[in-house]
Amino acid sequence: MFTLQEIMETVTMIQEEHLDIRTITMGISLRDCADADPKAACRKIYDKITRLADRLVTVGEELEREYGVPIVNKRISVTPISLVAEAARAEDYFDFALTLDRAAAAVGVNFIGGFSALVHKGLTPGDACLLASIPRALAETERVCASVNVATTKAGINMDAVGRMGEIIKQTAELTADRDGLGCAKLVVFANVPEDNPFMAGAFHGVGEPECVINTGVSGPGVVKRAVEKAGPAADLGTLAEIIKKTAFKITRMGELIGREAASRLQVPFGIVDLSLAPTPAVGDSVAEILEAMGLERCGAHGTTAALALLNDAVKKGGAMASSYVGGLSGAFIPVSEDAGMIRAVEKGALTLEKLEALTCVCSVGLDMIAVPGNTSAETIAAIIADEAAIGVVNQKTTAVRIIPAPGKKIGDYVEFGGLLGRAPVMPVNTFSAGSFIHRGGRIPAPIQSLRN
Amino acid sequence: MSAASRGNRVIVSVLGQDRVGIIAGVSGILAENNINILDISQTTMQGIFTMILIADMEQSRINLDTLQEKMQELGKTLGLKIVVQHEDVFRFMHRI
Repeated sequence: MFTLQEIMETVTMIQEEHLDIRTITMGISLRDCADADPKAACRKIYDKITRLADRLVTVGEELEREYGVPIVNKRISVTPISLVAEAARAEDYFDFALTLDRAAAAVGVNFIGGFSALVHKGLTPGDACLLASIPRALAETERVCASVNVATTKAGINMDAVGRMGEIIKQTAELTADRDGLGCAKLVVFANVPEDNPFMAGAFHGVGEPECVINTGVSGPGVVKRAVEKAGPAADLGTLAEIIKKTAFKITRMGELIGREAASRLQVPFGIVDLSLAPTPAVGDSVAEILEAMGLERCGAHGTTAALALLNDAVKKGGAMASSYVGGLSGAFIPVSEDAGMIRAVEKGALTLEKLEALTCVCSVGLDMIAVPGNTSAETIAAIIADEAAIGVVNQKTTAVRIIPAPGKKIGDYVEFGGLLGRAPVMPVNTFSAGSFIHRGGRIPAPIQSLRN
Repeated sequence: MSAASRGNRVIVSVLGQDRVGIIAGVSGILAENNINILDISQTTMQGIFTMILIADMEQSRINLDTLQEKMQELGKTLGLKIVVQHEDVFRFMHRI
């Protein structure tokens, strides 16, 4: 039986400290939906998604009630559309995006990921077609998320693709100018992308994945923050690491329980739990505030990288023990617009783009949900992507860029997306040009670290 | 181990201001529906009255959804927060 304290600890975590399951994501293979006739391919895609994910939301809601743990999002990831659509005789893949959007709406999920291409070594005609379709797809659909992998440790960095993504991000922002560039919030550029990530906007169902799978992502910055606060200012950092580890274990167990149970009720295999600390704009659900509770005046102060490294490592150590299969991104997220503490730190001048870049060396995922001035050039955005990719490739980790060159906005203005995507202050970028470097194109070779055989 | 070691035990937690009739109200609903109380404890934590009750729904005449609704109604009447959760949540978090 349980002690009163144990029960109260769990109840308090859920009621007061925002412990929740951030997402249960159903991965669906669309490899058998390829067809020379794009209309037939789209029909197959729609039928398959609506058939397999038909009960996803119902089961999610059932589990929420039974266990009393909120499951914030139910989502779907699919095989990268560049692979599925390539066989179709189509000028662009907009209809595929529309199909995904409709299927997502039909089963009641808020996001569907997989309008994606893997181009770390080069582009096939299908990849090129998908990339060209991204701006319109994100502007004219509501639920579709896109991602492009431009680099891996094994392949190096495809700088032609990096340059292209700078342009695509600019176009996407312009096509959604009336919504502060919202389209860019649904587009992630990756290095070393994981194939089983349940979190949007970067989720897709990798080619090594089974037919259908359930992955979960937990959340709980509020719980960790409270545990750090309870330890008091006298606790040394080894003690804090120990406390965070234990807390992460408990949080992750919820993801494991919900994931296994959802998979069993939907009669599909259980994939992984993603051990990420994912903040939300809600007060007290912030990664920045954990770092501040550890003793930093503001997130972004010197010492932030060290504090985040400790936090990220302790979360992984605790989480790894709690789950039978760990995967996805698994690290603390630092999205600016989705984290009240990060926003405050930017407003106070404590947190800059350069510091955020440094933080991505020690955590997941990258420069995430960052708004920059609308007049930032495509080359500068490409250069920001290249820097992040270099960090990922050399350190054999996932990095990503989700950046919004907010149309018509300048430093100090705000972009407002609402909901989980939050709001972000427009941050300054380095104004010196990287144009000539980006225009060289080509591939940056794989680093020596890739030769491991 | 499958998560679906489907016992039928639930944990009822009650939080709020202490007053007459809390235990009577909660146990009344359980008795009416043939739900057996296995364990009950109460304390005051940081000034908040806390009652935890473990119950077995094996022979219950209603399902968990309905029980949750009934407890929520009672909570509203008494001005308390009453939460009913499947015991697996606690088992997963606190027992390896």
